[in-house]
Amino acid sequence: MIALWIVLGVLAVLALSTAVATSTRRRRSLGPPAAVATRGSSDIGANAVSEAPEAGPGPEGSGAPALRDRLGRTRGLFAPLRALGARGELAAAIDAAEEALLRADVGVETTTALVASLRQRPDGGADGVLSALSGRLVEIFSENPDRSLRVDREPGVVDVWLFVGVNGVGKTTTIGKLALARRDEGDSVLLAAGDTFRAAAADQLALWADRAGVELVRGAEGSDPSSVVFDAVHRAKARGNHLVLADTAGRLHTKVNLVEELRKIRRVADREPGRVSEVLLVLDATTGQNALAQAREFTEAVGVTGVVLTKLDGTAKGGVVIPIERQLHLPVKLVGVGEGPADLVPFEPAAFVDALVGV
Amino acid sequence: MFDALSERLERVAGRLRSRGRMSPADIDEALAEIRTALLEADVELGVARHFVEAVRARCSGAALSKSLSPGQQVVKAVHEQLVEALGGEALRLTYASRPPTVVLLAGLQGAGKTTVAAKLARWWKAQGRNPLLVGADLQRPAAVEQLRVLGASAQVSVFSEPGDPVATAVAGVAEARRLGRDVCIIDTAGRLSIDEALMDEVRRISTRTEPHYTFLVIDAMTGQDAVATARAFHEALALDGVILSKLDSDARGGAALSVKEVVGRPIVFASTGERLADLDLFHPDRMADRILGMGDVLTLIEQAERTMDQEVVARSADKMLSGRFGLDDFLEQLHQVQKMGSLGGILRLMPGMNKELRQAADQIDDSQVSRVEAIVRSMTPAERADPVIIDGSRRVRIARGSGTSAQEVNQLLKQFKEMQKMMRTVGSGAMPAMGGGGRLGRLAAAREMAKSGGAEETLAGMMADNRPPRPAAPTDQSAGAKGRRNAKKKGGRVTPPKGR
Ligand SMILES: Nc1nc2c(ncn2[C@@H]2O[C@H](COP(=O)(O)OP(=O)(O)OP(=O)(O)O)[C@@H](O)[C@H]2O)c(=O)[nH]1
Ligand SMILES: Nc1nc2c(ncn2[C@@H]2O[C@H](COP(=O)(O)OP(=O)(O)OP(=O)(O)O)[C@@H](O)[C@H]2O)c(=O)[nH]1
Ligand SMILES: [Mg+2]
Ligand SMILES: [Mg+2]
Repeated sequence: MIALWIVLGVLAVLALSTAVATSTRRRRSLGPPAAVATRGSSDIGANAVSEAPEAGPGPEGSGAPALRDRLGRTRGLFAPLRALGARGELAAAIDAAEEALLRADVGVETTTALVASLRQRPDGGADGVLSALSGRLVEIFSENPDRSLRVDREPGVVDVWLFVGVNGVGKTTTIGKLALARRDEGDSVLLAAGDTFRAAAADQLALWADRAGVELVRGAEGSDPSSVVFDAVHRAKARGNHLVLADTAGRLHTKVNLVEELRKIRRVADREPGRVSEVLLVLDATTGQNALAQAREFTEAVGVTGVVLTKLDGTAKGGVVIPIERQLHLPVKLVGVGEGPADLVPFEPAAFVDALVGV
Repeated sequence: MFDALSERLERVAGRLRSRGRMSPADIDEALAEIRTALLEADVELGVARHFVEAVRARCSGAALSKSLSPGQQVVKAVHEQLVEALGGEALRLTYASRPPTVVLLAGLQGAGKTTVAAKLARWWKAQGRNPLLVGADLQRPAAVEQLRVLGASAQVSVFSEPGDPVATAVAGVAEARRLGRDVCIIDTAGRLSIDEALMDEVRRISTRTEPHYTFLVIDAMTGQDAVATARAFHEALALDGVILSKLDSDARGGAALSVKEVVGRPIVFASTGERLADLDLFHPDRMADRILGMGDVLTLIEQAERTMDQEVVARSADKMLSGRFGLDDFLEQLHQVQKMGSLGGILRLMPGMNKELRQAADQIDDSQVSRVEAIVRSMTPAERADPVIIDGSRRVRIARGSGTSAQEVNQLLKQFKEMQKMMRTVGSGAMPAMGGGGRLGRLAAAREMAKSGGAEETLAGMMADNRPPRPAAPTDQSAGAKGRRNAKKKGGRVTPPKGR
């Protein structure tokens, strides 16, 4: 309670300073302020259902490619360490390892901890340091062994997988890819276009639904996203689809009203016959340390059950998932390695670590 | 989670001060803290290293000042170096003598290019220009449709045709010329810097459309990869500037420094939200404060101006200043502040926030806020207007009505009184005693020393508000920017003014 009051006091000062600044300064024209706070009014029940064509174009090579085959194009962070070879000095090897970890976005805290654990190894030169480091990393990942995606297929129940994350990380694309993959695995999938805010977001998902040959439920732009998800669950039940993949609008974890909206979507999706069996946080591999804050805040708000790490086909290493696994115990479950329908693979710790240290 | 640099240096500085002068070992220790802070803010490792060396040169070269403690001198050197690194010569936007002025946007997937394209169109329209948007992302599903929707809300027409992105871009420029549009903004597909085919495509778009301005759009949340990406795009397209997106996040934004060092061209705009109005000129000094964890109060105030209901704000301001601020007003005000974002997120942008305060903010959840709300709602209008009348029996009634304890009601009343006192102090123009104000004060002193020119933009400065308004829109200046990379670029108006 005390904390709250300290903060409120500070905020009052902020509010006042803003007010003073506002009233003294000539106002700039910045559009109507009223439209800012809440996105969209509720428009329950107004959601149209678009039928997908009988069968969309199939995916090319739908057998999921292994993560190992999809990474490794842009290695090299650990090349300096590797170059030291078996006889390299321990201190130099450790410095090189530290630098490589920092460059992979592992972050200062986790890097420091990892490096400290390496220092306890007296022998082996650079090669010894490398293998010790790999071992340590794999160990971190092995603390969260369950990376499966839950779908119960219980009669009368519709499993809902909710996709959440900040703007532009790859939520919609991941759903598109996954719709295909799950359909190929025999799941009966329906997509919910729960992003009613961003321009053409539902159109984007509709194109993926066509591609995957699955049905999509969408609402009018600006309508209430939880009602879209609600309709999707009931539509799925009526049609006999047992898995709903629900898209949501990108939102920063710091925006209270948008996070509240997400909570509501989750609550509604969890109502009979729906059951939220996965809440997947989508993280962009190019993101730095802010990904930790994202993971923490989304987990607190909607109970994230797993991470999808996208854009790992680029030059970014996505090392921030290491502190996320280590500190928050959130398992990475899927990895995005491109924009195509087949570019989504299950996360494999050993392959990820090998790619990181460049075996 | 992040230790602000100022806190770190505070610890080192305590020891420095006691000895009166800086030894090389002291400087080393301070610089190590600076390096850590930069890395935590996502500055790329190599860039951070460079930066630290530049600060070392500044520190060891400078004669020891008598008026500043050694710790203050380090902070001053870091801040100056950072503003210098982020700023430098501003980009002068001029217009082609033979319209249209062509603007090309490029960047990674999801960086914010399409949104920025529409924002720029709106911005130029507000300058009295007549822009055309060209959708050359024919790759991502519904990318052109997205641009069309955004274009419609900016009331700017959009050109695109299916087929080849290079051909569309070229046709778009021709269309702008045919329609007599003076600015032509080309949105391109997101691409990875190592995707050779796509990098080649955007290079061909550039060669064929000869853009006057090529901007890299980069996400403020980007980590170490910012350097690799910026370098590749700069090599392919010879960038004229950078646009930093998603600055409304709570990321410290070290990528700004990384990119600036690699590209060497100005960061021109900051995108601070999803609405088309959320586009600002980039302010190096604010960014420096933010990277160093010293708060970004001006951005905060701008956000507040945009999100808060101006009428409500004006009304409460009057009441605050005149000391008639009641609990009803407080509730209203609280709702306004909540619209801006999580209390924790807001506080991270505040200057002078130390770790304890930030942790305190993190502990607050909505349920606490709703308890406060419940208490106030259980009061009668008369009680809300003048809480002094609340005696013991009223307290018990309020506690029962709100499902809280009399103790909590007490605390609320006590704190509210404190708050009123603080408001009166502020209202009378005195400086607020905020947590960590000492540090803020010293920082202000350090900056004063730096003779940065212009008013101090600390919270105190804002509140006194005795400065002329900051130029919100670019000012007109004469044409003929010197040092333009491209001689064909001529024109009349000059856009982002240097610095702030
Ligand atoms: N290279 C690459 N690009 C990706 C990957 N996943 C998504 N993208 C691209 O990233 C961009 C953003 O993807 P979206 O799926 O629209 O992201 P989103 O999270 O739904 O975005 P918002 O709904 O706007 O918040 C698109 O251009 C995608 O094609 C990936 O794994 N690799
Ligand atoms: N919070 C916030 N969101 C932003 C900002 N700029 C863009 N966005 C959002 O980020 C997401 C991606 O933006 P786009 O403009 O589609 O990005 P893009 O670079 O065109 O993406 P691709 O074309 O898929 O590569 C959308 O959800 C935008 O609404 C910003 O400054 N702040
Ligand atoms: Mg989306
Ligand atoms: Mg786009």
